[in-house]
Amino acid sequence: MSTQSLYLIFFGGLLPLMYFGYILGRNKAITIRTKGIKMHSQPDQYGWFSALYTGLPVMTVGVVGVFSYLFGFDGIPPFMLIVTALSLGALSLFLISKKMNEHTRARNLVEEFIKGILMMAAFISILTTFGILISIITEAIHFFQRESFWGFIFGTTWDPDTAFLAGAGRGGEDVAEAKFGAIPIFAGTFYITAIAMLVAVPIGLLSAIYLSEYATTKTRDRVKPALEVLAGIPTVVYGFFAAITVAPLFVDLFEAFGIQASYRSALGAGVVMGIMIIPIIASLSDDVIKSVPNNIRNGSLALGMNKAETIKFVVLPSAMPGIIAAVLLGISRALGETMIVVMAAGLRPNLTWNPLEDMTTVTVKIVESLVGDQEFNSSLTLSAFALGLVLFVVTLVINIISITIIRKFHKKYKVSNL
Amino acid sequence: MSKIDKNNGFYIPQLEKRRAKAKRFKYIAMSALIVSLAFLMFFLYDMFRQGIPAFKQTYVKIQVEITEENLENPYGFLDRDMISIVSRAWLRDLPNQAAANPEWLGTTQEFWALAGAESDQYMKGGENRLKDRVKDRIDELKESGDIRFQTNLIFFFTGDSKIPENAGFYSAIIGSILTMLVTMSLAVPIGIMTAIYLEEFAPDNKLTQFIEVNINNLAAIPSILFGLLGLAIFINFFGVPRSSALVGGMTLALMSLPIIIVSSKAALKSVPNTIRQAGFGLGLTRWQIVRDHVLPPAMPGMLTGSIIALAQAMGETAPLIIVGMIAFVPDAATNILSAATVMPAQIYTWSGMPEKAYIEKTAAGILVLLSVLITLNAVAIYLRKKYTKTW
Repeated sequence: MSTQSLYLIFFGGLLPLMYFGYILGRNKAITIRTKGIKMHSQPDQYGWFSALYTGLPVMTVGVVGVFSYLFGFDGIPPFMLIVTALSLGALSLFLISKKMNEHTRARNLVEEFIKGILMMAAFISILTTFGILISIITEAIHFFQRESFWGFIFGTTWDPDTAFLAGAGRGGEDVAEAKFGAIPIFAGTFYITAIAMLVAVPIGLLSAIYLSEYATTKTRDRVKPALEVLAGIPTVVYGFFAAITVAPLFVDLFEAFGIQASYRSALGAGVVMGIMIIPIIASLSDDVIKSVPNNIRNGSLALGMNKAETIKFVVLPSAMPGIIAAVLLGISRALGETMIVVMAAGLRPNLTWNPLEDMTTVTVKIVESLVGDQEFNSSLTLSAFALGLVLFVVTLVINIISITIIRKFHKKYKVSNL
Repeated sequence: MSKIDKNNGFYIPQLEKRRAKAKRFKYIAMSALIVSLAFLMFFLYDMFRQGIPAFKQTYVKIQVEITEENLENPYGFLDRDMISIVSRAWLRDLPNQAAANPEWLGTTQEFWALAGAESDQYMKGGENRLKDRVKDRIDELKESGDIRFQTNLIFFFTGDSKIPENAGFYSAIIGSILTMLVTMSLAVPIGIMTAIYLEEFAPDNKLTQFIEVNINNLAAIPSILFGLLGLAIFINFFGVPRSSALVGGMTLALMSLPIIIVSSKAALKSVPNTIRQAGFGLGLTRWQIVRDHVLPPAMPGMLTGSIIALAQAMGETAPLIIVGMIAFVPDAATNILSAATVMPAQIYTWSGMPEKAYIEKTAAGILVLLSVLITLNAVAIYLRKKYTKTW
């Protein structure tokens, strides 16, 4: 029997059953009420109670069944399972209509049911975190069982090309061992991030200062949507922009000074990444600066400081924790940014200080090692998960720090719009 | 500020310097803002400059005698120059067209045939690899009006192709729609329900706080890690087909879930507590209050947040590459289990192609994607402006 007809039978049975339950429950409640007996809840609440608790066993069996198939237990044929589920539903409908009387707290039971469903939804959201953690950590552990952990953290050569030979059973004495030293990759990541922050922090912060302190309301209303557009541009588009427009521009520019630049230079990727981060830093710092209370500003102006001095010596120091948090969030965005570096930075792990050479990042290596036709449990594929684990831990720590700082800042100034 | 009177008894010599400094600071801040807006302008200009030409396509008028022989070998009846002008894709399709119109057989038909990518680039004044002889031929045709531009419908109504002039965005658009349907039907209900639970029902204890911190962190995790999750759990563990809209949509749903939760919570929080207390005072249960008195005013805020989160998911590429959605997909996906590609992934694939014609298509694809995203965001902002209540 096809999956579609199975679903059809399941829902074709469930929905009429629940509708029938609703009618039955409500009618029974109305009958009791017309006898003049005082009831706990309203008739339609009895209807809902009867419908929901008729559906509950059916759906529970259905969900458990689907999951057991996904996990690979397929002892019971699906048709049997559906028949069992529906007959359980009919049984519970029978029991409900039999037992229900004026003392049944239908309203509270419906409330409990809905609360339970909402709780399940919240549970699924939490599961995501653990899903990420478990999936990355287990695969990373597989990787570290094969390759040395310290070699990964402190090794300076990344040369996994021969890993697939070992995966194909052709590894041996004559094949050079694959090397997984991630230092050049980490170095490239931090270097490109640093370039991006050099672009984004001054421009973003100064834009925020101008917007929150100097600009008229009219300018603000016009500029803010433009910044939102800049923030909403997908990263793949920035990547295309970096690779097709910015990189050749930089090559030509440095050619004019007689300097050789790569078409996939760290500088090009970093600058475009900086442009991407400007709106993030600008809008977060703008919120923070605006939440600095006005009486602090007025106090400073009353002491004879002019506006720029007030901003530099009073407003910015008070807003500093929030600004630091904004910069940290920008850094974590830059570290995890993928498409710009995949399209505009290099693939070659390269340990150098020269921003005009090509460099690679953690995210590029993750993409590169997962896109090919590799066996899933080859060392190369698993290395992506090890790199992912590092990325996860680093960004998590940065995020926690910045969220804590922002929370403290808002407590200090008693504003709660973030 | 007028000129300072130096004879004033209160005159301080540093004052002018300080004022100059303050002015300078203001201009620096202003120029920073102008620079960031200039980036945006330059970026948009660059995309339009590269993308607009892709919306027109060169067509050339040719006459074909429809005979069995010509249909068997469509490359045979054109001379050497015309072969390099007319698209291979069009010639290949000619027998199919003739089969669809049997009355053509034995007659001479006039066609506006699709021109190849190289001659298209020459017509648009771009780089090309045509021989001078062919270029002269195109110039002749141009003078006699036998070669012209038409609106490029192929771009919107065909899927990807290895022949640049025949490649279109259609399968990517359909793939994006399917993926977004999956994402929306998973992320929006679960996200809103989670937000309702956390904001209205959950007791304020350590567990709830832990969950909230967790969700805030999830919102800031690099998107590529969600791709790793999708690969390890959905594809490897549950066996969902690789490259399908289902796996892509589920991965994106997990990614946009925290964003939807955070914005929905903010919307619920903005409904004043007095409303809830009035409800309790009348003897309503919590769910009745939430359903009838908290959700209606919070709905616009929740919708806005969801639309913005979905727009973000629509432009996301990295996790989809990891779950294999960059496959070459010439035909649009028909269901959520078949191989699909999405707009940003198609942009990524085309941007890696060596032919110049693909770069033009990439920029055009970007224009389509950006206009969809900006429309979505504009709708969200309009909803927020129109329906948000200030209490």
